[in-house]
Amino acid sequence: MSEPQTLSVEVNGFPCRVWRKGSGPTFGFLAGFGGQPRWTPFLDRLAEKRTVVVPSLPGYPGATGHNVLDTHLDWVVAVRQLVEAVGLDGCDLVGSSVGGSFAAEMAALWPASVKRLVLIAPFGLFDADNPATDPWAQRADQVAGLMCADPAIWTEMVAVPEGANSAEWPIEMVRASEAAARVFWPLGDTRLAKRLPLIKAPTLVLWGAQDHILPPAYGATIARAIKGRSESRAIEGAGHLAHLDQPDSTAKAVLDWLA
Amino acid sequence: MKLMWFHLMPYTELPEDFNKTHPSVWVDIHSSLFDPKRAHHMYNDFMDELEFAADCGFDAVCVNEHHSNGYGLMPSPNLIASSLARRTTDTAICVLGNSLALYNPPTRVAEEFAMIDCISGGRLIAGFPVGSPMDTCYAYGQNPSLLRERYLEAHDLVKKAWTEKDTFTFSGRFNQQRYVNIWPRPIQNDPHPPIWIPGGGSIETWHWCAEMDYVYCYLSYYGYKAGLTTMQGFWNEMDKLGKDRNPYRAGFLQFVGVAETREQALELYTEPAEYFYGRCLHVDPRFATPPGYTTEATQRAGIQSMVSRAANTASYQSKLAMKATGMKEIVDGGYVIIGSPDEVVEQIRHVATSLNVGHLMLLLQYGNMSKETTKYNTRLFAEKVMPRVKDMFPEWEDKWWPKPMDKAQRAQVPAFAPRLAAE
Repeated sequence: MSEPQTLSVEVNGFPCRVWRKGSGPTFGFLAGFGGQPRWTPFLDRLAEKRTVVVPSLPGYPGATGHNVLDTHLDWVVAVRQLVEAVGLDGCDLVGSSVGGSFAAEMAALWPASVKRLVLIAPFGLFDADNPATDPWAQRADQVAGLMCADPAIWTEMVAVPEGANSAEWPIEMVRASEAAARVFWPLGDTRLAKRLPLIKAPTLVLWGAQDHILPPAYGATIARAIKGRSESRAIEGAGHLAHLDQPDSTAKAVLDWLA
Repeated sequence: MKLMWFHLMPYTELPEDFNKTHPSVWVDIHSSLFDPKRAHHMYNDFMDELEFAADCGFDAVCVNEHHSNGYGLMPSPNLIASSLARRTTDTAICVLGNSLALYNPPTRVAEEFAMIDCISGGRLIAGFPVGSPMDTCYAYGQNPSLLRERYLEAHDLVKKAWTEKDTFTFSGRFNQQRYVNIWPRPIQNDPHPPIWIPGGGSIETWHWCAEMDYVYCYLSYYGYKAGLTTMQGFWNEMDKLGKDRNPYRAGFLQFVGVAETREQALELYTEPAEYFYGRCLHVDPRFATPPGYTTEATQRAGIQSMVSRAANTASYQSKLAMKATGMKEIVDGGYVIIGSPDEVVEQIRHVATSLNVGHLMLLLQYGNMSKETTKYNTRLFAEKVMPRVKDMFPEWEDKWWPKPMDKAQRAQVPAFAPRLAAE
């Protein structure tokens, strides 16, 4: 697994790390809960066929500036600026969890900016009859099992990356969780449901069959609400961050949709 | 030195097996444990106790704010303070306090505190805590990442509402109000009622208190031994900022149980202390650290918040409280000062000196302590301990104490006498 190229862009005057790898037509990936502490096998599978661009959202590993974003509108505009700055305007867009919610907003609010869309268990909805789990009210030893079907995968994902400051790293991971809380606290509901009908891009909705954060039933709801062509599929053996649990099958589903 | 009588108002009838059968005393504590008719008696007992403390000559009575909490039955301390304003005459009324970010608009706090100040003739101490994670982020659903910014802005709004003479427009990041003009206005208007800040050990809070010239209060449940590091940290920061070591810059909370002899004190106070440290601090750790609540500077300094500590040691505490050694740990740890009047005097003087604290807030009721025992503890402290510690820090002026109206000018508040009984 070779390292990606590292670039940096600014949003609101704060740096955001951008990883790029592969060749062929470019598409973007917006990461989920915890951000992208390290390059992963899922991204490598994608980079084998396409050019993958992975910008860090404000507050997630490699990026700061979450604390000037006060409202959902501030966040959506910041992500739009980021997507433009890294040259993803008009490209395919893939987003997971937190990043999935923003990918959906991009496609809904700037329909021309997203060619095809893949959402992996996006935040943004809340159903009181089938509530999402509170990811911010968990005992420390419970988190890994909520993020991934195989807790060891999450633990490895968020471990101190090589070359990182080991004292500062736990603070960066709290910051990533805070960045998610800043926009999705307390229920994860950003009223995305109101804007789903605006999405015109062909949309694939993927959901880990064992997602213990967001109920997989939300996937069908989202696919139904999108006016354009859309499809909802389960990823077997996967939790909330399905691409971490099942990099091969998730990457295949993504690449097939974007082919 | 000022001696202040603090009530948490704990629910006193949590079941013996509470820790085994319930996950948390806070946030999701089950409603079936709450008997309103029993709470009727608890509230009335607690208010009697506060009034009794005022009668005994304590410098202040103190109340605070908690939500969805089995050891703190005051979602609105202002209601209790308002009653105390009518039922006491000379005691300062210390509300510690109102969690500013929870009020929409925060102007409400400026108004209610102004009401209490007017009713009491200018005896209010206005406390502004950020509020615990359980109260603010979980029970009240506030965003932990925005909480401190909202708090600071609300503070600016409240202070301006108290001091600005003309109707003004507040255009903040979180609060917009076209017409701010509170009626009533506080009696203490030079420039406003004293502001005290109860906080954990956050460096930003220390700096802010120094900058604004507010009293910093460390309300720990773990007593003076555990509080020493925090208070030393506070004073070191004051030194760095060039502030004097006036002990009245600080407040500190201490549990005390005094009796004729140490043996008698242990007999009286073991059960309520073990009830408090066992059942009342049984907080589910999942509610202790919402992301963003603790600032990054505080994380870097490795300071663990008091609530986080309570949550993380709750299971340990409850285990030890169930053992015969529970009270020994509680006393040896300095969580509760126990002893005869002589022994308590010695320890209080040591606490005040070592922590350099001029405002000592005393918890003389805790856990399931009965009204009778509470009154005994309170009276004995007032008669046998208070006179022998009050003389401390004579060289320092308390610039942060209420300045009430002249007594001769204040309203006569008659004691309650039912008309029928009088006839």
